Amino acid sequence: MAQALINVPKRAGRGDIIEIKTLISHVMETGYRRTAEGTVVPRNIITSFACRYNGTEVFRADLFPAIAANPFISFFAVATASGTFEFEWIGDNGFTQTAQAAITVE
Amino acid sequence: MREPDDATRRQFLRRSGGVAVIGAVSLMSTPRAAQATPATLAAAIRAVTGAAELRTGKVKLEIPPLVENGNTVPLTVSVDSPMTPEDHVKSIHVFNEKNPQPNIGNFYLGASAGRAQVATRIRLADSQKIIAIAHLADGSFWSATADVVVTLAACTEELI
Repeated sequence: MAQALINVPKRAGRGDIIEIKTLISHVMETGYRRTAEGTVVPRNIITSFACRYNGTEVFRADLFPAIAANPFISFFAVATASGTFEFEWIGDNGFTQTAQAAITVE
Repeated sequence: MREPDDATRRQFLRRSGGVAVIGAVSLMSTPRAAQATPATLAAAIRAVTGAAELRTGKVKLEIPPLVENGNTVPLTVSVDSPMTPEDHVKSIHVFNEKNPQPNIGNFYLGASAGRAQVATRIRLADSQKIIAIAHLADGSFWSATADVVVTLAACTEELI
């Protein structure tokens, strides 16, 4: 199980623009590296990331081998209502990981 | 008696020597790793923009001009946009020139993003040009480029 770190402000004013930072542990093996014997190390990357705010998708990303190991992604959202941010990473070899963060909007 | 023997030996040496040279040349000329060519980069950009015109401006691409380690390079792309339902950034696409693949990442925002800015960390296999393209709600495409010098390249150099 990979470990995911999420940074979402705990509380925010209605209409505030908040920054969301996410970090997940993953090798992001490119599929272009070779072992000393010359065999290609098979690709193993996270291919997509999505963030939903109270069920509505607010951000999505397609990732490629050029994203560094342990992908860090930061983006912004407008705090409209109290609720949860749900995060989902999907990758090669059936990799999936989800995380949640709660926010109070006043 | 000795003449034919000598001849075949000489021939054999000449031939095997030739083979060895050819082998060495083909080994040297085999590229160590695949590389995105300007054509594949253009095709990848074309796949995003379609027939639309790609204009320069609005996009700000922040990346260190000199990178010591290509394995993790911080990258921030921001777009000058009010982010209203009528005028917002739909997506941001980042491309490179010399990695094995031209794509780095596609980021899809919505009008509710508030600010059109994404940040991540990328890999760079060589000193090269980075291109960021923003797709706006009105269908226009805007781009920015940045040149990066990489001292230690990512992914292709090391053997594991």
